[in-house]
Amino acid sequence: METFMIIISGILFTIATYLILNKNFLRIVLGLTLFSHATHIMLISINGLKRGSAPLLGEHAESYTDPIPQALILTSIVISFALTALLLVLGYRTYIELGTDNMKKLRGESHE
Amino acid sequence: MKFTDVYLQTATKILVFLIMTFSIYVLFAGHHNPGGGFIGGLITASALVLLYVAFDLQTVREVIPVDFKKLAAAGVLISVLTGVGSLVLGVPFLSQTFRYFDLPFLGKTELATALIFDLGVYMCVVGTTLTIITSISEDDI
Amino acid sequence: MSNILIYPIIIPLLTAMVLVFIRDRIKLQQWLTVLSLLATIAISLYTIYYVSTEQIVVLELGGWSAPYGIVLVGDMLAVILVAVASFVSLMCLLYGFQSIELGHKKHFVYPMILILVTGVNGSFLTGDIFNLFVFFEVMLIASYVLIALGGKKIQLRESIKYVLINVISSTLFVIATAYLYAATGTLNMAHLSERIALAGQEGLLTSISFLYLIVFGLKSGLLLFFWLPGSYSAPPPPIAALFAALLTKVGVYTVIRTFTLLFYHKPEITHTVMLWMAALTMILGALGAVSHWEIKKILAYNVIISVGFILFGVAVGTEQSLNGSFFYLIHDMLSKALIFITGGAIINIFGTDKLKEFSGLILFRPLLGWLFFIGVLALAGVPPLSGFVGKVAILQGALSAGELAVSIIGLITSLMVLYSVLKIFIHSFWGETLMSEGQEYSTGKHALLPGTILVVCIFAMGIGAEWVNTYIAQATEVMVNPNLYIEAVLKQISP
Repeated sequence: METFMIIISGILFTIATYLILNKNFLRIVLGLTLFSHATHIMLISINGLKRGSAPLLGEHAESYTDPIPQALILTSIVISFALTALLLVLGYRTYIELGTDNMKKLRGESHE
Repeated sequence: MKFTDVYLQTATKILVFLIMTFSIYVLFAGHHNPGGGFIGGLITASALVLLYVAFDLQTVREVIPVDFKKLAAAGVLISVLTGVGSLVLGVPFLSQTFRYFDLPFLGKTELATALIFDLGVYMCVVGTTLTIITSISEDDI
Repeated sequence: MSNILIYPIIIPLLTAMVLVFIRDRIKLQQWLTVLSLLATIAISLYTIYYVSTEQIVVLELGGWSAPYGIVLVGDMLAVILVAVASFVSLMCLLYGFQSIELGHKKHFVYPMILILVTGVNGSFLTGDIFNLFVFFEVMLIASYVLIALGGKKIQLRESIKYVLINVISSTLFVIATAYLYAATGTLNMAHLSERIALAGQEGLLTSISFLYLIVFGLKSGLLLFFWLPGSYSAPPPPIAALFAALLTKVGVYTVIRTFTLLFYHKPEITHTVMLWMAALTMILGALGAVSHWEIKKILAYNVIISVGFILFGVAVGTEQSLNGSFFYLIHDMLSKALIFITGGAIINIFGTDKLKEFSGLILFRPLLGWLFFIGVLALAGVPPLSGFVGKVAILQGALSAGELAVSIIGLITSLMVLYSVLKIFIHSFWGETLMSEGQEYSTGKHALLPGTILVVCIFAMGIGAEWVNTYIAQATEVMVNPNLYIEAVLKQISP
């Protein structure tokens, strides 16, 4: 199962990289969300998927799952949620102000 | 921009209460079961977004006259202040405790200080999410 | 007692949240901001005193003991940086009170600055590598808002690039942490250090350390600095000063922390790469600083050069050079704030940052001229000022370790730094004045108070170097001997 998930996250990384290298801002944002999803899947699969019962809620199970990767992912999801929202607002304002979402046109010239 | 969709509006009026109730259930369940402040806050935010979609921004603002930025700030304040409580008592920051109370109607209930922290998180998430959504949708294009 | 470590994090945070409720009362906001930063400085100074006389302070959050819960660790390195960072942000704010536009003040600029300080202080104090990521994000999100605040075209354009590059590097941070957790099974830095020492830092852990080097290189501007000149020249001067003094320095701190505490077993691989990254950073930064003709760009490239120089000392890794690096890091926070504040005042006066349109300011603003000149000398490392001591220590350490080539690069880039900032000084203060009496000019007055305080500090740090060094030596002691840190956090050393 872990191997399968790792391959999935590898595919996601590929797609994300392709999207991030795009010129269109919205696609870059989509690429970044996929990038963080891929990271989360990778995080949980390399640290072991669910193997035992939940920790702390009882002391009679055979084995317990390590809760830390899940806690890390939850934190990381919250942060990437905030960042995606911020990026969307920023991209929207930029589109209104500068009239473009093409990264090539956002390079900026020195004479400004 | 004013549009009316009777189906959507009628359904929303009922659904919002259902979603809100569920979000509060999730908030309280968070101490022992899946759930908690973040998820609860997001569910509430989704209910409010549904309101924004069904009715327009102005109407909803009249019904819910809350400044969401201040709501978010209040949430962070509550969360941090629960930690400050443990500073006053001289135990490590963010220490938590719980006790069982006999509440009317509910019977024996476990109340934990972590719940106050979660309430702060809940308010913060609702506030932040709606601030972002309203700030995008305020512009008329 | 250990709770003292949380105050530098929660005082700014609580104040920031209170400020949101008094959005329209700007005067009150300013007073509260100053008060909270003064309180933070006072508490961190007391912590320095406590750490220097007693021991390293460790706070186990929520009462969960060390390798399981999150800890805050106040060793000398962290608490000194907290004190200096809070002090420098107070100075930038004193400058900002007058020169930030009213519209920005109503748009939560002070809360955001305080959240930035929260993130910076938290990053210094935390003893858990994932918590470090969280505090990094707190700091970065505040900086995203600050850089875009006002919404001018150039700001929006630069902030998009800044946010994108930082989001990618943050994700890489999570990936690196995931690998590290999978390899070692812990996130507590002291515990990590112990386990890495036990495992002997073989190929896998060394590769992870390179991933961290890339992440922190992106954050601090070590070789991967291509985003830095653009985004540091976009925001208004007080914000730019704050960024220059704090943000890259947090990246530098994390490099120091990870490569002295965790990945110090294979210096012939990791530290050699870091050494040449630092050398290239210095060369490229110096070329950029010399070739540009706008104040903001020149100063931004100077930030890069100093990052290269500090990490050069870290890469050499002897006790003396680490000592010098830490000294120079503190000096650099103070002097970058000084030069950005005075440079910002010059830009305000002329209304442009193109050097060729300036002239003859010394007649009108003599004090500003002198402050800027002292800032120039401090950056170049002229003897009575604080930069000299740090530079000498780094170079001595490097020469005794046999790094002749990079030392020469360091010296040459110091000269180029001097040239690039003197260029600003000569063009703006010397020559025929272009200012006519009738025209309204910004006075640049508000830069004088923070500028003077910073100059006094730089002089004091240069003259009282011996006294400052007693504290810095304590910080270096922990860097050279990670066991001190581990013992303080885990209370015992496993055999």
